[in-house]
Amino acid sequence: MKRRVFLQLLGSTVPALTVSGQLFAAPPGSPRFLLVFLRGGYDCANVVIPYSSSYYYEARPSIAVPKPGSQEPDGAISLDSDWALAPVLRASIAPLYAERQALFIPFAGTDDLSRSHFETQDSIELGQPLQGSHDLRSGFLARLAGVVNGATPIAFTDALPVCFRGDSDIPNISLKGVGKPVFDSRQAAILSEMYAGHHLQREIEDGLELRQEVGRVMEQEMKEANRDAITPKGFELEARRVGRLMREQYHIGFIDIGGWDTHVNEGAARGALANNMDSLGKGLAALAQELGGEWRNTVVAVVSEFGRTFRENGNKGTDHGHGSVYWLLGGSINGGRIAGEQTRIERASLFQDRDYPVLNEYRAILGGLFASLWGLSSEQLQRVFPGGAPLDLQLI
Amino acid sequence: MSTCDPEAADGKRHPNPTVYIPQVCLAAAFALLASSAFAGELARQDVQWLERVTYGPTTATVDEYRKLGRRRFLDEQLHPGALKLPQPVADEIAALDISHQDGAELLAYVSRENQRINALTDDALKSTERKALNDKGNKLAYEAARREILRALYSPAQLQEQLTWLWLNHFSVFQSKANDPWLVADYASQAIRPHALGHFRDLVMATLTHPAMLQYLDNAQNANGHINENYARELLELHTLGIGSGYTQQDIQELARVLTGVGINASGIEPKLKPQWQQLYRHQGAFEFNPARHDFGTKTLLGKPIAGGGFEEVEQAVDLLVSQPACAQFVSRKLAMYFVADNPPRSLTDSMAKTFQKTHGDIAAVLATLFNSRELTNSLGTKFKDPMHFVISTVRLAYDGKTIANTHPIVNWLNALGEPLFGRQTPDGYPLGESGWASSGQISRRFEIARAIAAGNGGLFDPEDGTPATSTGFPQLSTKLYFTAVEPFLSANARTALDRASSQLEWNTFLLASPDLNYR
Repeated sequence: MKRRVFLQLLGSTVPALTVSGQLFAAPPGSPRFLLVFLRGGYDCANVVIPYSSSYYYEARPSIAVPKPGSQEPDGAISLDSDWALAPVLRASIAPLYAERQALFIPFAGTDDLSRSHFETQDSIELGQPLQGSHDLRSGFLARLAGVVNGATPIAFTDALPVCFRGDSDIPNISLKGVGKPVFDSRQAAILSEMYAGHHLQREIEDGLELRQEVGRVMEQEMKEANRDAITPKGFELEARRVGRLMREQYHIGFIDIGGWDTHVNEGAARGALANNMDSLGKGLAALAQELGGEWRNTVVAVVSEFGRTFRENGNKGTDHGHGSVYWLLGGSINGGRIAGEQTRIERASLFQDRDYPVLNEYRAILGGLFASLWGLSSEQLQRVFPGGAPLDLQLI
Repeated sequence: MSTCDPEAADGKRHPNPTVYIPQVCLAAAFALLASSAFAGELARQDVQWLERVTYGPTTATVDEYRKLGRRRFLDEQLHPGALKLPQPVADEIAALDISHQDGAELLAYVSRENQRINALTDDALKSTERKALNDKGNKLAYEAARREILRALYSPAQLQEQLTWLWLNHFSVFQSKANDPWLVADYASQAIRPHALGHFRDLVMATLTHPAMLQYLDNAQNANGHINENYARELLELHTLGIGSGYTQQDIQELARVLTGVGINASGIEPKLKPQWQQLYRHQGAFEFNPARHDFGTKTLLGKPIAGGGFEEVEQAVDLLVSQPACAQFVSRKLAMYFVADNPPRSLTDSMAKTFQKTHGDIAAVLATLFNSRELTNSLGTKFKDPMHFVISTVRLAYDGKTIANTHPIVNWLNALGEPLFGRQTPDGYPLGESGWASSGQISRRFEIARAIAAGNGGLFDPEDGTPATSTGFPQLSTKLYFTAVEPFLSANARTALDRASSQLEWNTFLLASPDLNYR
């Protein structure tokens, strides 16, 4: 979809918001953005594989994913003449790529060099310039929600993530293992009023209300399950619920998935990383399906705090590295390609002789994406990513 | 029929389920007060102070506080050597499997079993046996959590119990990594609790050499030529100095070299070593330092050279780390975040750090500085309870001194609230501040748990061996303890909500969900 169409669809200003999806459902056709954060630093080189680099096979004697066309079904799936996709994503992500609804941005990431999970995750989620002092109470998705007129934000997590920290009140709810709502409306009102004037008042109102909304989603699921014998599990079930809630009422979402810190026995075409990727891929494909007609208005970005060492370590795993590969998925993106600045992968091009370099800085990538998704002015973009220089990678 | 009777009050047998408010019980409670050990009134500040030093007041805590006064009570908590678990609780713990086998024995067992099962050729048998082994490991991990919960609820050494939790969180390990289900109990009882109020250096050494940590952060795999820097990084970042304290990637790599060869020997069979290495070999339990895996080159850590010498390099490196001013600040701040405020005043952490350096990391001395500070007094009542504090303090209040039979409900509640024991996947431990626990989703979940506790139907009094329960689980909230430590200080909002309750269950729920019981 062209940017103009998005803007038309966004239409006029929606009134001031609370989380109540009942009152302020997302209008059909307005842009939606979901950030999927892979916590732990996923090993991008074994997922989007640089198969034209002989150094890749040299550096990973025991964990390299076989080249496309070799060792079926374990051979990687060719994306272009340099890159190939992990075979475990054959049924989930490869079809989206073929339909130009998926793209990959190698050498993406942050210039933060701590190589610490926590430091780097926080610094990405804050989205502030690395130099100078940081405001730890201000995350970039919260700032984005502040500049996009009428956008309702939500985190599909147990706790509110750093990227949604801010002055405004952003609701969160985990969609893993939730049951029916426990309180009736009278009880919920008494509980809320008990916190009248308390600094947690808004969180409590939102939390109790959101529980009712998710209760309704689950009722629908139950009805559908009665017709269809297969009930999804794990991340796929979660992703379906995300899809439904975003289809109906939320514009800016966040979800995270852990388990990517593969220091030991990472595996190649199969193994620990592949298993985790399998469930991620299936979930994202299910999400696209669940969004239905709104998939064409949706962009999903998959990011991680850093890449991993290009060479395998002594334990058939990889250690904390630097540059990563980001994914973009969406019904109307300019997909089916590898985007952003590239370099040939050989030993000499590794950063500090160990990692992918960062050639596409995350604030520039996401800033450019948000600009085209919502038609943000440069002044608005500066509020989302202060001091950032958005890159126009023609992503949409 | 009195409305203090829970059977009546939950609306099942009572003819008029709208009269639940425990005012009716007030007169009776005051009569009890007059003749009990609760002579005199506790001030709000006394209760709030006890909320910090303990997991929340019980009748026993209040009695002890009254007997000793604040200063001697604190002294006893800082040096709890003489305090003993109540006998029934000690008996329950003694009956657990984890009380009969230490970590080394369990690790040897699980390693042998794994080998045996891997060698099986019958796939069906293999999978049954593997499942049985995993179940056994999970049972041990559950027992480890059970023991921590029982101690948190009933140990009179309440400060030591909080510190044990805090250090388990600071030196966090995850029970689902490798063989750690078999080891977390030993980790808590051998590496952490004995040093909880001791010297920080001993904690670092005890965790560094414990197989649970060696597995969790992969140092068991760290060997000369096969460097794994995972543990070295977290030892600097999370355990001793903190991020941004000035160490570099180079320091991480050098420390990783120092730590090569520090690993695990599950079988207990000593490796065959060259004669020059035999002197340098060390082992204790399942911990092993194997010189054949060590990098004997000279290292430079924080600008100081460390000559190749084997395990003494590790001791030298740890001495260097814990003597850094950054370490004193980092650890002091951690303690102050837990006991005082999410963002503790610099004046407080500075004086704690001074004590830390003067006493070479004597944790009890640093805590004495903390608990005697003006900053602590100024902060009383403002610290949001993390799930562990919320659940434990609530059960202590609701079942004051009455020993629960079953800890599964508490394990489940902690799971639901996102803070299970030994359940943090990442090595940074759970957050200590309100922002980590007070999002909309977390609070609504907490209210649901408050209701579950309030309903008393979680099975706290169903014996774990499956025998029938001998007592009911309905919480007695309008008790002597309630009228001493809670009721006099209730906020107006809480009182209004309690007045609107239409059943005892609602009344209990609102009380447990009130801001009054969610801050300490």
